[in-house]
Amino acid sequence: MSATQEKPMTLKSLSHKKDNLSGGHRMCSGCGAPTVVRQVLLAIDEPVVIANATGCLEVSTCLFPYTAWRVPWMHSAFENAAATASGIETMYRSLRKQGKLKKEMKFIAFGGDGGTYDIGFQALSGAMERGHQLLYICYDNGAYMNTGIQRSSATPMGADTTTQPVGSKIPGKTVRRKDLTRIMAAHNVAYAAQASPHNWRDLMTKVKKALATNGPAYMGIMAPCNRGWRTQTNDSILLSRLAVDTCYWPLYEVEGGKWTINYDPKDKKKPIAEWLKPQGRFKHLFAPGNEALLERFQKLVDDDWESLQKLAAAFGAK
Amino acid sequence: MKQMNWKELPHAGTVLKAGNANEYKTGSWRTYKPKWVEENCIQCLFCWIYCPDSAVVVKDEKMTGFDYDHCKGCGVCAMECPGKKGNKAIVMEEEGK
Ligand SMILES: Cc1ncc(C[n+]2csc(CCOP(=O)(O)OP(=O)(O)O)c2C)c(N)n1
Ligand code: SF4
Ligand code: SF4
Ligand code: SF4
Ligand SMILES: [Mg+2]
Repeated sequence: MSATQEKPMTLKSLSHKKDNLSGGHRMCSGCGAPTVVRQVLLAIDEPVVIANATGCLEVSTCLFPYTAWRVPWMHSAFENAAATASGIETMYRSLRKQGKLKKEMKFIAFGGDGGTYDIGFQALSGAMERGHQLLYICYDNGAYMNTGIQRSSATPMGADTTTQPVGSKIPGKTVRRKDLTRIMAAHNVAYAAQASPHNWRDLMTKVKKALATNGPAYMGIMAPCNRGWRTQTNDSILLSRLAVDTCYWPLYEVEGGKWTINYDPKDKKKPIAEWLKPQGRFKHLFAPGNEALLERFQKLVDDDWESLQKLAAAFGAK
Repeated sequence: MKQMNWKELPHAGTVLKAGNANEYKTGSWRTYKPKWVEENCIQCLFCWIYCPDSAVVVKDEKMTGFDYDHCKGCGVCAMECPGKKGNKAIVMEEEGK
């Protein structure tokens, strides 16, 4: 894995590279997703082909006749970014075998959480099981944002969404989110990881590792959405940092069965309220009478963090 | 941009000009405008790596200003700017003032 052993990346050295996502796209002001994409693309040195599931990223970066992408990019539908990327990668292998293509190329599929955790899950699971040489990246904003904040299986418990709105009957989403990164790790993929754009170096190192690994790779990346989270336009990086510092979104990676926590806040671990409070979708959790909900949220985070630490202790570097 | 008729449209809805969204200006979305205060800038380039709209202009490893044709005025750069001695090198000002 020579790509990861090179001298540390610096922003100065990266600034010489071409930005492969142009300005002029129509993602909302302050959206977290384009920052994630810019960092991913800046991490790659080889030619890359992208498949993109329907969702904010896809819709807003390619309003015909415009595209913000400076790399080959394909959209086919909502549920099949992983299948689309599988097909492209298979064609590439065939062309290589026939001697019609000499270049080494990389393949990435982007999907939102709705397109990944829910509707594209079958295609993703299949692609990972078949062992395609591709990296699937889910930019996770925790709801179907492009169609108006419907809850997905990535939506955190308690969040106010248009399909599980806060009211007299329910306090927002009633059940906890599913942990897709661990489900991907359970596919025994070559590489699975979580990242967050506030820690650009960790994110970009992981993209390099994922693309250098022999086999399928998955990354879940935190991507705050100020429209759906009911936050400000300037806090996407602040909130992605808090997601990690509260251990809601731990930074970790699973390489060939080896679990590593990349950032442990230790005694600096913040209460989950610090991440929830700035978000309007969790406002009701701070209303009198809802203390138990907030406690339950904290307990879910603590339990997950503890179990992740156990995995890293049991299956980490010896 | 001139509307294309069906004969002029590329096959299968392809866009053949990579990155041509750059021709589309999103600067008019702004209600606040980032202003660079050069004397407080430590050239960390955090503004550049965090901008969602590729609107921080870096030349020869140095922040040199903003691409106001595309900057949407979100304020992420100002929020993350460490500045010098507690003084930010990016401040948000109301647009059109
Ligand atoms: C089969 C199908 N069902 C529904 C839709 C409508 N649709 C378009 S984008 C979208 C939401 C996407 O959510 P997510 O994948 O989380 O991405 P986000 O918009 O949040 O970035 C939906 C429901 C569609 N395009 N295709
Ligand atoms: S709705 Fe949310 S995810 Fe979609 S473009 Fe706007 S801020 Fe980004
Ligand atoms: S205000 Fe937002 S869009 Fe404009 S330069 Fe700063 S981060 Fe980029
Ligand atoms: S974030 Fe602030 S200090 Fe750093 S380069 Fe940008 S303007 Fe200068
Ligand atoms: Mg989503």
